Amino acid sequence: MTGPGVAGQETGAYGAIPRKEDARFVRGQGTFVDDISLPGMLHGAILRSPLAHARIISVDASAALAHPKVEAVLTGADLAGRGLAWMPTLSADVQAVLATDKVRFQGQEVAFVVAQDRYAARDALELIAVEYEPLPPLIDARTALAQDAPLVRDDVPGRADNRVFDWNAGDKTATDAVFATAEVRVGCDMVYPRSHPAPLETCGIVAASDAVTGRLTVWSTSQAPHAHRTLYSVITGLPEHKIRIVSPDIGGGFGSKVPVYPGYLCAIVASMITGRPVKWVEDRSENLMSTAFARDYHMHGEIAATADGRILGVRARVLADHGAFNATAQPAKYPAGFFHIFTGSYDLQAAFCEVTGVYTNKAPGGVAYSCSFRVTEAVYLVERLVDLLARELGMDPAQLRMRNLLRPEQFPYTCPTGWQYDSGDYPRAFALALDLAGYQGLRREQAERRARGEYMGIGISFFTEGVGAGPRAHMDILGLGMADGADLRVHPTGKVVLAISVQTQGQGHETTFAQLVAHELGLTPDDVEVVHGDTDRTPFGLGTYGSRSTPVSGAAAVLAARKVRDRARLVAAATLELSPDDLEWLDGKWRVRGDPDRGAGIAEIAMAAHSSLELPDGVEGHLDASAVYNPPNLTFPFGAYICVTDVDPATGEVTVRRFIAVDDCGVRINPMIVEGQVHRGLADGIGMALMQAIAFDENGNCLGGSFMDYLLPTALECPSPELGATVTPSPHHPVGAKGIGESATVGSPPAVVNSVVDALAPFGVRHADMPLTPANVWRAIQGRPVRPDLAVS
Amino acid sequence: MQVPAQVEYERAGSVEHALTLLARYGPAARVLAGGHSLIPMMKLRLVQPEVLIDINGITDLCYINLTGAQLRIGALTRHAQLLESSVAGEHFAILHDAERVIADPIVRNWGTVGGSLCQADPSEDLSAAFAAMKGTMIIHGPDGSREVSAREFHAGPYETVVGPSELLTEIRLPIRPGGGSGYRKVSRRAGDWPVGAAGAAVWLDGDVITDAGIGLTAVGATHFAAAEAEDFLRGRTATPQTLARAGEIAAENCRPVSDQRGPADYKRHLACELTTRVLGVAVARARGLMA
Amino acid sequence: MKVTLTVNGTEYARDVEPRLLLIHLLRDELGLTGSHWGCDTSNCGACVVWLDDTPVKSCTVLAVMADGHRVLTVEGLANGASLDPVQQGFAHCHGLQCGFCTPGMMLTARWLLNNNPHPSSYQVREAISGQVCRCTGYENIVKAVLWAAEYEAGG
Repeated sequence: MTGPGVAGQETGAYGAIPRKEDARFVRGQGTFVDDISLPGMLHGAILRSPLAHARIISVDASAALAHPKVEAVLTGADLAGRGLAWMPTLSADVQAVLATDKVRFQGQEVAFVVAQDRYAARDALELIAVEYEPLPPLIDARTALAQDAPLVRDDVPGRADNRVFDWNAGDKTATDAVFATAEVRVGCDMVYPRSHPAPLETCGIVAASDAVTGRLTVWSTSQAPHAHRTLYSVITGLPEHKIRIVSPDIGGGFGSKVPVYPGYLCAIVASMITGRPVKWVEDRSENLMSTAFARDYHMHGEIAATADGRILGVRARVLADHGAFNATAQPAKYPAGFFHIFTGSYDLQAAFCEVTGVYTNKAPGGVAYSCSFRVTEAVYLVERLVDLLARELGMDPAQLRMRNLLRPEQFPYTCPTGWQYDSGDYPRAFALALDLAGYQGLRREQAERRARGEYMGIGISFFTEGVGAGPRAHMDILGLGMADGADLRVHPTGKVVLAISVQTQGQGHETTFAQLVAHELGLTPDDVEVVHGDTDRTPFGLGTYGSRSTPVSGAAAVLAARKVRDRARLVAAATLELSPDDLEWLDGKWRVRGDPDRGAGIAEIAMAAHSSLELPDGVEGHLDASAVYNPPNLTFPFGAYICVTDVDPATGEVTVRRFIAVDDCGVRINPMIVEGQVHRGLADGIGMALMQAIAFDENGNCLGGSFMDYLLPTALECPSPELGATVTPSPHHPVGAKGIGESATVGSPPAVVNSVVDALAPFGVRHADMPLTPANVWRAIQGRPVRPDLAVS
Repeated sequence: MQVPAQVEYERAGSVEHALTLLARYGPAARVLAGGHSLIPMMKLRLVQPEVLIDINGITDLCYINLTGAQLRIGALTRHAQLLESSVAGEHFAILHDAERVIADPIVRNWGTVGGSLCQADPSEDLSAAFAAMKGTMIIHGPDGSREVSAREFHAGPYETVVGPSELLTEIRLPIRPGGGSGYRKVSRRAGDWPVGAAGAAVWLDGDVITDAGIGLTAVGATHFAAAEAEDFLRGRTATPQTLARAGEIAAENCRPVSDQRGPADYKRHLACELTTRVLGVAVARARGLMA
Repeated sequence: MKVTLTVNGTEYARDVEPRLLLIHLLRDELGLTGSHWGCDTSNCGACVVWLDDTPVKSCTVLAVMADGHRVLTVEGLANGASLDPVQQGFAHCHGLQCGFCTPGMMLTARWLLNNNPHPSSYQVREAISGQVCRCTGYENIVKAVLWAAEYEAGG
């Protein structure tokens, strides 16, 4: 940790301790879904549509069924017979499980083969004959609302166009008034291209249906096992208490493992039909072409300011491409997620945004790819606009930002679109980032290099996120309020088992949550075992995404621990024959006021609670406690990022030379893990800004269907990050933590793009859309930018 | 994970054995060397050979040596071996430049030089490097061996002149004094195929270019070469202007196609830019001004 | 067809289809699930194991090609209860998060250090550049490998 502000924080059980989960992982002893093998297990494979839009004339699986190793084939008609051909999405739409009438995107699920081994299942796909009648596909989102656009969702009665929703936020009248009188207005069209979270482990499931007990056990790559259980119950009609979801070790999720996918349901149905466990694990092409994408926002943003650089307002019009089904995983009342946090970190007078969602013949999704529900798009928009404004005004972009950042005394701050930011000291974080970067020196270097014909860019991004959804009154998925539980069991010897509703996919919950509880109870993290990812063993909650584990479930764990501590006080008082008021919690023990050598720790108290001691009122027999945390508000982490790039204008190659990141995520439980999360997000930002994008050709063929075409950054593109920290605790979180899982993914892309555009300023480049591949950079210099969502021409 | 279709498998212990097997199975067979192009294509079921003839056991096709005024590279030489070969680097900096940016270190451990050439991907790097060096391929068949110039080796995208009963066994590069060479690639990311790449070799007599070789890949250059630019260079003084003009000529004679790596106009521009740059590197090396 | 190979010092003989990929032999036939796979196109490196003395992408090697050869997987990195310094480095430096790429990364790291005991951070980055990590941004993987190098040098 290079920045100030964290001194004295690493007390108690907090601090940069190694992770508990690593012992198994470094030995290759993790258990991922595809590692699970059950006796008699069968293997599923999905036949997918090669076409983006077509009517299905016929599906003939007879040859596949005749394959000696094939046990079953499911088609859309088979599922329709069971009422399972369609399933609800997480956004009040339906999605085909296996297509019955039409296919609506390339890669859509058409049939499911179940065979004795994975090779035979794959072979059998080639034996299924599907006759398609090709239909004109709708590929360009910008034509989706045209009169003559192909209708994607003719399955919905009465639907006459491709509009998914119209939604807005802010005060249009006030915003227009601000713009009408502003001295300076700058606008820009920008695309946040379709991206894919692409965790290294693809999605998969092992479904085991037991006809005798009526139980269904599912091991699956799920970031939200409890929500999946409820959804499976609703879809299949199985009683919820007969369903157990186990989410074992998960090889990264980043939002992509929140939804329920057709392959999961197919495996479940196949297990019911065959009476045997069925495994289905998608291959990488299936992952990239069919599971949930992210972003795909076509944005027009405008910013208004005074001539001396006082930002007054922002407004935006957005066209959101939702693909063939609206399967966005985000709170139901927010069709555009939290996009309307797009006023960013600035003190301005008015803001207004309109978002129109449209259907196209592309894969469904719209998940929060480490982005806390569209905050990534919002931050990109406003941070690009601020840089454009700086260019227009001839002001240094750092100076312009510093001038307009919210001031500490404005918190809690209600932004023009209604979010109440909980806490922050933005100028302090920004000043630290500028200092770490040596900003003035960088600007001098840039000038010297430009004089030599070398193009170096300095890009700044200052972001504010809103993470940790609920509160449940405003935020729900499928009617399930976004609150999370924690159960704490205290064994007689004082060892503790914490069961949580959230699920690690690499974030280190087994360590951080042990630290949270140990810190409250005067234990060491080794005294606390964390159980997660098994609905039979954990309390209900909505899972891990939107950076909500520490803000929500972490708070529940702390509250449960505090209940334990309060109960322990009663027991300790009984053992010491004192009043509870005579005791105070000090240095991890209940101690006698004025006589701190007398007292008891949790281990002694736990044993007493289980002993023959006559227990006081309020203690039934042990110290166990539960809590459900319904957050009063989101938490609002923020940060200041600076990216230094070198651009070769003749080839268009971009090198990220430095990345400085100052994050304020409130109190840090385990700073090592926090920094690791930041490292990941910075790489994500480099990936999205420079290479990651999924485009489609005019026929709807996915052009990013493998890792040869959907490029992820390697160690050679990612510089060694330079991190700093400030700590502004959240006033409403029990320990002041805010969440960090997505900050860097949100904050880093605009820093990279701003840096490249800054480098290209001498060529007159104002903006260039991601991904800034060499070709796109060169084309931007030529004044003929490449459209990132369509095939290159 | 995607998996190949069923296939038979034969292991060849010698070149003769491989030729016998190739004769037996004919076009239904594919030679399996490192497999790093072939096996992914089989997994994606873009190719479905009936038989694989594994030549990895023919270890005497794994070599890099100097024979007279030639560098000889066995077809089964792994990319990593070529990158590590000091004799190759000493005479042909272009090979080390190219190998450093071919795929990634792990793929280079197992992928082979001959396999890359025979895959004949129009974006393959070594094809351009060998075209620049005007190498010769040795192809063994049932009637003995034949030599084919590097510029006649490719019959089109993913096609070579190696017949179904033949085996590429060796690449020969002539060593001529007074030369320098280099290779430069632009890709979207480390390990990616080139958006465009150029290799060049020049031979100088004083400041006069006595001969030049230019190889281009991924930009639609005929036979991975820029013959017109080479003709232009011969006999001219190696000035920046001359090299830049050669780059322009190279670009004028390319027929790049647009794809997700880049639009055709950009690739044509790259052909010019990279040819010019790499000629500069080659000249600097020929003059001993650069490692 | 019959294949015999030595994995982590133990000889195994299996009858397999020629098309069986080495990664599936290891995972499905031998139960060594520490090696993973993450793509179909030999881009991600989650499947990296050693074939004889070099790391390879085992999703792109047929099991029959390993006949008569030695294979080292993550399960063979530790010497009994004693972790390889590379394993220690990954845990010590937070060189992993989800743990999915980790086995392949560690096997490449071990190979690098065997051939270059004192790599620069750039050389570490280059060595792992054919392997994708989606969690760490690579920074702590690099630190982990450098930590192991220093540890082995007695530092």
